[in-house]
Amino acid sequence: MEKFEKLTGIAAPMPLVNIDTDMIIPKVFLKSIQRTGFGKNLFDEMRFNRDGTEIEDFVLNKPQYRSAEILIAGDNFGCGSSREHAPWAIADFGIKCIVSTSFADIFFNNSFKNGILPIVMPQDVVDVLMQDAEKGENARMTVDLEAQTITTSDGESFEFDVDPFKKHCLLNGLDDIGLTMEKVESIDAFEQSASSARPWV
Amino acid sequence: MSPKTLYDKIWDAHVAHEAEDGTCLLYIDRHLVHEVTSPQAFEGLRMAGRAVRAPEKTIAVPDHNVPTTTDRANPATMTEESRIQVEALDKNAKEFGIHYYPVSDVRQGIVHIVGPEQGWTLPGMTVVCGDSHTATHGAFGALAHGIGTSEVEHVLATQTLIQKKSKNMKVEITGKLKPGVTAKDITLAVIGETGTAGGTGYVIEYCGEAIRDLSMEGRMTVCNMAIEGGARAGLIAPDEKTFAYCKGRPHAPKGAEWEAAEAYWQTLFTDEGAEFDKTVTLKGEDIQPVVTWGTSPEDVLPITGVVPAPESFEGGKVEAARRSIEYMGLEAGQKLTDIEIDTVFIGSCTNGRIEDLRAAAEILKGKKIKDGMRAMVVPGSGLVRAQAEEEGLADVFKDAGFEWRMAGCSMCLAMNPDQLSEGERCAATSNRNFEGRQGFKGRTHLVSPGMAAAAALTGKLTDVRELM
Repeated sequence: MEKFEKLTGIAAPMPLVNIDTDMIIPKVFLKSIQRTGFGKNLFDEMRFNRDGTEIEDFVLNKPQYRSAEILIAGDNFGCGSSREHAPWAIADFGIKCIVSTSFADIFFNNSFKNGILPIVMPQDVVDVLMQDAEKGENARMTVDLEAQTITTSDGESFEFDVDPFKKHCLLNGLDDIGLTMEKVESIDAFEQSASSARPWV
Repeated sequence: MSPKTLYDKIWDAHVAHEAEDGTCLLYIDRHLVHEVTSPQAFEGLRMAGRAVRAPEKTIAVPDHNVPTTTDRANPATMTEESRIQVEALDKNAKEFGIHYYPVSDVRQGIVHIVGPEQGWTLPGMTVVCGDSHTATHGAFGALAHGIGTSEVEHVLATQTLIQKKSKNMKVEITGKLKPGVTAKDITLAVIGETGTAGGTGYVIEYCGEAIRDLSMEGRMTVCNMAIEGGARAGLIAPDEKTFAYCKGRPHAPKGAEWEAAEAYWQTLFTDEGAEFDKTVTLKGEDIQPVVTWGTSPEDVLPITGVVPAPESFEGGKVEAARRSIEYMGLEAGQKLTDIEIDTVFIGSCTNGRIEDLRAAAEILKGKKIKDGMRAMVVPGSGLVRAQAEEEGLADVFKDAGFEWRMAGCSMCLAMNPDQLSEGERCAATSNRNFEGRQGFKGRTHLVSPGMAAAAALTGKLTDVRELM
């Protein structure tokens, strides 16, 4: 997994609440058996007309946001299905950090597995970041995972919370399975005691 | 010992390792797999030279992509991409030695219907699947939730999941339901109350007389949509109904093992005095048949209501409601019962079980659907289909003008050929009314099976109580 340490980039505003995984990546694109190549279909139905031309007023089609690396989003971002194609599409597009007042649980977990940092902030902070993002390409925000801060283009800085284990994995680009494999003895021991306690499982 | 919730008990019984910061390895008893979210996980195993740690606890079935027409044995009924995904599952199941129900097997169906039906899902278990509606299995008092593909790979390789414990939320439905009100109305009414983010960070335990009174099928409907309320999982404490449902299923324990299992399951309830972080209470008798008007499952109102004005909401919801109403082609103030429907879909992991088909058939018996209406029933599994045929329900549907389909996810998410066309409006017994969910620019109103049947007869969203 790609490491996430510090990022300075353009933030795109998406104030709509309840942006669901069907919006992020419609199901017609879930038929791939690969993990890559979903970025071109990110937000497909919001981003493109049926004939493939771009919908001009969609935020990521605007010239100042085409290379956005941060999304400032409305409440409950990523609700809906468990499809990891959603964070795959976001990462493939080049977005590495999303800030919202809340995220759907499965999407939140899936993001960390793909080098994306989802940050939960209170409404008043999201409002400030949203205003900053609306300034366009000259407004670059800085996200520092080590320091757990996000800084607006005006230099206003906010601290955020992140789970220490998830932070550690993201900072070092660690693979979960490899880490769990180091604890295989605990799993073996659990399996043994569980199979005598609940042999029907 | 301090009193524990049901969630606390199941959690504690499955922690294989706990780090100092509270990060746990949660042991997984059942891993269900389908064709859409698994190919990349199996490929990951292959690339790392890893095996499936517990193939005997891993069960696969293709459901999302499969056609539901009776000629589906013909490969030409599938697009090439869908065929590749289903073939990949065939191959992975064989290569990694996991239990498998191929499309040709009468037991094939939606993964969340097959699991309980075959007795794979039992009380007190941990159950995961790369599908958000895994919450369904919580009806058995099993801790069940959806996971992403990276986590699917993690469970395949280690039989564990890296987790931190969620908070406890109690949703109590007191008293009795009125006639015409179903499990679907309960679960939608709860989401209407809490919002789609209301359950974020929680595991919900549903309780109260109205929940106890539900059949296992109804309880599965309630838990199925816990995810739509944002919760990681929904749970209902197991009782005699649960045990009766499980007994005799192919993979349920037998003999002395059954006795031991049942004795253990009897301990799976929330202790007196256990604390919940949040409690929501609804009166069963206040719940009415409901319908969604917008593009989020929280956009729910009694069928007697009107499309709300966007300005009646607050904050970001004002813009979301405006967008929903425009997408749905509605007007604020319009009576819900004036909304005309083109298509009716009965099926899905929410409402594709035998009881759902019985409820719909009861309304349709001896009647014909409205001229020009497209109506389909997609049983949740081949066994549900067979049972419905045996009970004569299939004939009721066919005589009324419904298409009688083979099992699969079908038009719930429209990954197979069953889709809405642009602007088409559907009364659906499924779980999501998102933009484009049932087809590009398709419009979805979520309802109970009885309400779906009623809409098929009248051609409009209809209060099922008027046809009972």
